[in-house]
Amino acid sequence: MGGPSVRGMTNAVVVEGLVKRFGENTALGGVDLTVSEGTVLGLLGPNGAGKTTVVRILSTLLQPDAGRAEVAGLDVATQADQVRAAIGLTGQYAAVDEYLTGTENLEMVGRLYRLGKKEARSRAGQLLERFDLTGAANRPAKTYSGGMRRRLDIAASLIARPRVLFLDEPTTGLDPRSRLGMWEFIADLVHDGTTILLTTQYLEEADRLADRMVVIDRGQVIARGTADELKAQVGGERLELTVGTVEQLAVVTDALRPLAHGELHADQQTRRLSLPVTGGTDTLAEALRRLSSARADVLDIGLRRPDLDDVFLTLTGRSAEDADPDSAADEPTATVSAGAQS
Amino acid sequence: MSTLAETVSDSVVITRRNLIKVKRVPDLIVFATLSPIMFVVLFRYVFGGAIQGLPPGVSYAEFLLPGIFAQTVVFGSTVTGASIAEDLQKGLIDRFRSLPMSRSAVLIGRTVADLGLNVISIVVMALTGLVVGWRINSSIAEAIGGFLLLLVFAFAISWLMAMVGLLVRTPEVVNNASFIVIFPLTFIADTFVPLETFPTVLRHFAEWNPVSTVVRAARELFGNMPAGLPEPDAWSLQNPVLYTLLWAVAILAVFVPLSVRAYLRTSSR
Repeated sequence: MGGPSVRGMTNAVVVEGLVKRFGENTALGGVDLTVSEGTVLGLLGPNGAGKTTVVRILSTLLQPDAGRAEVAGLDVATQADQVRAAIGLTGQYAAVDEYLTGTENLEMVGRLYRLGKKEARSRAGQLLERFDLTGAANRPAKTYSGGMRRRLDIAASLIARPRVLFLDEPTTGLDPRSRLGMWEFIADLVHDGTTILLTTQYLEEADRLADRMVVIDRGQVIARGTADELKAQVGGERLELTVGTVEQLAVVTDALRPLAHGELHADQQTRRLSLPVTGGTDTLAEALRRLSSARADVLDIGLRRPDLDDVFLTLTGRSAEDADPDSAADEPTATVSAGAQS
Repeated sequence: MSTLAETVSDSVVITRRNLIKVKRVPDLIVFATLSPIMFVVLFRYVFGGAIQGLPPGVSYAEFLLPGIFAQTVVFGSTVTGASIAEDLQKGLIDRFRSLPMSRSAVLIGRTVADLGLNVISIVVMALTGLVVGWRINSSIAEAIGGFLLLLVFAFAISWLMAMVGLLVRTPEVVNNASFIVIFPLTFIADTFVPLETFPTVLRHFAEWNPVSTVVRAARELFGNMPAGLPEPDAWSLQNPVLYTLLWAVAILAVFVPLSVRAYLRTSSR
């Protein structure tokens, strides 16, 4: 079995020093992570960071070049067959057979997990109902929408009640409504005690679903912790505003300085001021009051919560979207720093 | 490791899945049956009068049909490659590989389902052949042997194509590539015309081409060999059943393990 974690729980996933190379390219350069049983780990990173490679190794699709990995207490290299019986995998592309109906897809996967005919059928029925697919159960999956296919795909990976579930970017490409629905389904699974390793490009998604997060970039872990810990590293919520003239920038900087919980950043070129704050909308209301009494000419003001891009800017100095190191040039050209006040 | 019973049970599940697709996409079955009918009718009536080299009195329909059978089942086997490439593209192979199922069942289920399609093709062609004048002039046992030999050879080609599908990974490319290889292979053979009419170099190739021997073996087993043709010099054509079976066994011995190995190492994208 996996070693105990700090909280004394059993680890459902243990990864130590995982290395994977594809030719010259090092996809994973020594990744360590653990997932406690019954919790959700969010594995975050931009495209090409190595998230999918981790999932593929843990689900026995790829062999690592070095390091070891255990899933449900089983070694992925030497006990691959037992690992496969204990996991469910939902890849980035809904891997459903589009010529089979929803029921046929689930029954097929159930049979291949070695469920009996009856059990495969009854599990298929339960899961179709749970994922709102009962009405489409007897239609070929070809006729399903993208969201329905994803749900069918997740249902297929759940058919044998896996102890550990891997979800590789489960909402990429879904419209916002389907994404919200998917989040609810995943939250239900967690509630039922399934251990989940979830990869995503969206901090918001990990924020909603994950107990802990690991951020990887270029095959290296660059940060780990709870959502709050990560946000603390990034700097929490920020108040951002744009003013009409450069002179106004000094006015608003003076007016808002008392609200800042950290460094203020004033960018002369874009005439934007950004300051870390706490207190949410109360602080926003207070800021508006101060700006009003300072007669500041504000074009735009808002509270912004940190996203993955902020994590990346903070941790690597690079943008999450743009892996190009030159993007550091996008940083504010002139930064006015002010001491933190509370 | 999976037991034999588990491998059989998983293969049945996959075969069933592949045959459901045939049921849902009727185009597949239409093309699997229409094109052989077209070939039978075209060759029988368009080229039938022009084909030279047959001794007088031999029916071209009888000579032709075993050739059409062979060409059609060989082409039918190329479906295996395109289907596997399609499963790979759509992420289904990844799903299967993450399941605790038998490691060879996906390929067995695929090749067996394609064998099933070939059985349907042969039945349709044989019925069409009977309409245009083809007859079986041998015993029932020999005729069954002829059909089985065609199917065994096609099954072996399916496993070769499985490997191609896993390596090439794009269904369209598999189709084009196999056409470029298979089309000449089935024409530089005694499929449609007697080898005596070929230029020397092509004839030597054709004599050892297993498509020639599977055709000749089928002709012999169906009793469709024209009586007046000279005895062939090549050992392959003197022992067409044995030579064809050796090819089938050799292809299977090489490509079953190679394809399973490729399957275990492949990945979508």
